[in-house]
Amino acid sequence: MNIRIANGRVIDPARQIDQVQDVFIADGKIAALGAAPEGFEPNRTLDASGFVVAPGLIDIAARLREPGFEYRATLESEMEAAMAGGVTSVAIPPDTDPALDEPGLVEMLCYRAKKLNRAHIYPVGALTIGLKGERLSEMAELVEAGCFAFSQANVPILDNMVLMRAMQYAATFGFRVWLQPIAPFLARGGNAHDGETANRLGLPGIPVVAETVALFTYLQLAKATGVRLHITRLSSAEGLDLIEQARAQGMDVTCDISINHLHLCDQDIGYFNTNCHLIPPLRSRQDRDALSKGLLEGRINALCSDHTPVDDDSKLIPFSESEPGATGLELLLPLTLKWAEENKLPLVDALARVTSESARLVGITKAGHLSPGARADLCVFDPAARFTVSRDGLESQGKNTPFLGLELPGRVRYTIVEGELMYERKTA
Amino acid sequence: MHNPQLNRHGELQHLLTLDGLPREVIISILDHAAPFTEVTEREVKKLPLLRGKSIFNLFFENSTRTRTTFEIAAKRLTADVVNLNVSTSSTAKGESLLDTIDNLCAMHADMFVVRHSASGTPVLIAQHLHATGRDHIHVVNAGDGRHAHPTQGLLDMYTIRHFKHDFSQLSIAIVGDVLHSRVARSQIAALTTLGVPDLRVIAPKTLLPSSIESMGVRTFNDMREGLRGVDVVMMLRLQNERMAGALLPTPQEYYKIWGLTAEKLALAKPDAIVMHPGPMNRGIEIDSAVADGNQAVILPQVTFGIAVRMAVMCMLAGQ
Repeated sequence: MNIRIANGRVIDPARQIDQVQDVFIADGKIAALGAAPEGFEPNRTLDASGFVVAPGLIDIAARLREPGFEYRATLESEMEAAMAGGVTSVAIPPDTDPALDEPGLVEMLCYRAKKLNRAHIYPVGALTIGLKGERLSEMAELVEAGCFAFSQANVPILDNMVLMRAMQYAATFGFRVWLQPIAPFLARGGNAHDGETANRLGLPGIPVVAETVALFTYLQLAKATGVRLHITRLSSAEGLDLIEQARAQGMDVTCDISINHLHLCDQDIGYFNTNCHLIPPLRSRQDRDALSKGLLEGRINALCSDHTPVDDDSKLIPFSESEPGATGLELLLPLTLKWAEENKLPLVDALARVTSESARLVGITKAGHLSPGARADLCVFDPAARFTVSRDGLESQGKNTPFLGLELPGRVRYTIVEGELMYERKTA
Repeated sequence: MHNPQLNRHGELQHLLTLDGLPREVIISILDHAAPFTEVTEREVKKLPLLRGKSIFNLFFENSTRTRTTFEIAAKRLTADVVNLNVSTSSTAKGESLLDTIDNLCAMHADMFVVRHSASGTPVLIAQHLHATGRDHIHVVNAGDGRHAHPTQGLLDMYTIRHFKHDFSQLSIAIVGDVLHSRVARSQIAALTTLGVPDLRVIAPKTLLPSSIESMGVRTFNDMREGLRGVDVVMMLRLQNERMAGALLPTPQEYYKIWGLTAEKLALAKPDAIVMHPGPMNRGIEIDSAVADGNQAVILPQVTFGIAVRMAVMCMLAGQ
């Protein structure tokens, strides 16, 4: 199918393009920007006047809940959510059930996703079998099956010797290791940031040192093993400082944060709002401001949804017994735009955090930008439209988000994957 | 932020926590409790104020003492009381908390008195009642996790007012396991709201929350220094399980350093009163000579507790 996207404001962060022009799509690829290629006949022309035409978003952390948690969400439901959110590629953490530690399992997941023909998936393999932190997974086989990196999701390895060997083995092949900084014993039993809010509500706290102690260990081990380390879901200002120090010493380490930690802090828990029960915990206002600044200055490389659909039954219980996580695929773009708006950041720079920069982290070269020849994954959105986040308005099976009731900017109008129009929002 | 225990007119709908409860409401509860202390001295101790009301004592965590005081308070107001030991009934069969609540609502409950080991459970129940259009049913928090124990906090305020009259001149020390204590959180919330100018907490660093000073208290690790010149000493119960988890070495060392003895109490004002929420661990947080001494007001606390709980129930559900 040949598509012409007419009169849109084309923003391509990878090439710092921000100008009104047409985009021409043919054979699943970007054919040209500006003038039509010779002999181009569109099957469909999309009027994008007043809309932004951007690369489809690349969400580097979204749990689609398959296999194992189908009562919380299915590939089908979450792929629809991705399309509605303008997300055309997702990296999937390995904490499914069973964990993504088997090449066959990864192949099946990739096959299922391909058959659904929505967003492209990029599985993160389990670093250890069952995420148990004891035996190494078959990393080389898993990469062949489709994994691009290895992680422990939110399950830290207790034994640092195992962690070091896992890093060494990954480094043997130049594989990336993505780690969530959680010092297991320091975080044990806690479910909110160890600060004023947790104290007021009587919630067991997770101190910032649970993040920094783990980070320090990971950075030292990465230095010793030479592994390519990426730190996921940073939550504290002190954690970011540690990463900065490592970089100052010449280490190549990247990091990301979630939309929740970009916009919220522990005070948002209010009176035990279980939608704010997250891993890592929402930290102080100062931490949030430091993370926002870090993302603004590019010291934090990317922003992700950390999409984690949780069923209502696991949220309508006391806070400390509730399941952590929030839905986010459909909020990644609006919350990126809100952040840009609040910080008067040019859209081209804001969108880089969810397109070109996230592509770099996942190692995607053929998407995440709008160069001619690139895979035609695009998101066309109305930046002026505002909407109120509601349960009914979400395609995801997970309706739990701290942002319910909040008015956000940005409505996706069209989502195009490999040159096919996969999503079209009828009403404004 | 909407305070879930007040209705649209700012009146008390539930009693969930003393944190954020306006001063006038606290004073009003104490004032309401005063006449009930006389009732409890009478030969016939019953008033018909809650006749025909059904009060469910929902204890997800065992507590004979607190449950009994609520039961007595409700019965003295002529309410029908149903005691449910939920830890051994429906939830053990897999029923969810809110399913249990819905079922009891269908039995026409007027009030739930809730004790639960998880912080925030009574708030969750109150929010659920509101979301399902059952604002006529009231919730009283009888202790949730580390969060709050508002009726204990109120009976402590009643006791202090009874013996010391004016909060605005007092030095008060809270001693012991503040970190895990819902009682301490409720006491601190009430005492700061009532304008106590000098509020201290005394404990080892392992038993103090990291941000305790944001609650408006001064911290002391040295008990002698902390007790100097205080009018009121509020002891906290030390749970035996604190010896596990590397919080404290032994009960013996705790008693030696933070146990209230006559010798340490002598550093407080001569007319200082000693309080304890019970049940006491004699020889661990308090010496028997002090617990049974003439400065202790621990038994009056229990008596006042009935009156305060009667007042709370009346204000929530009474005519």
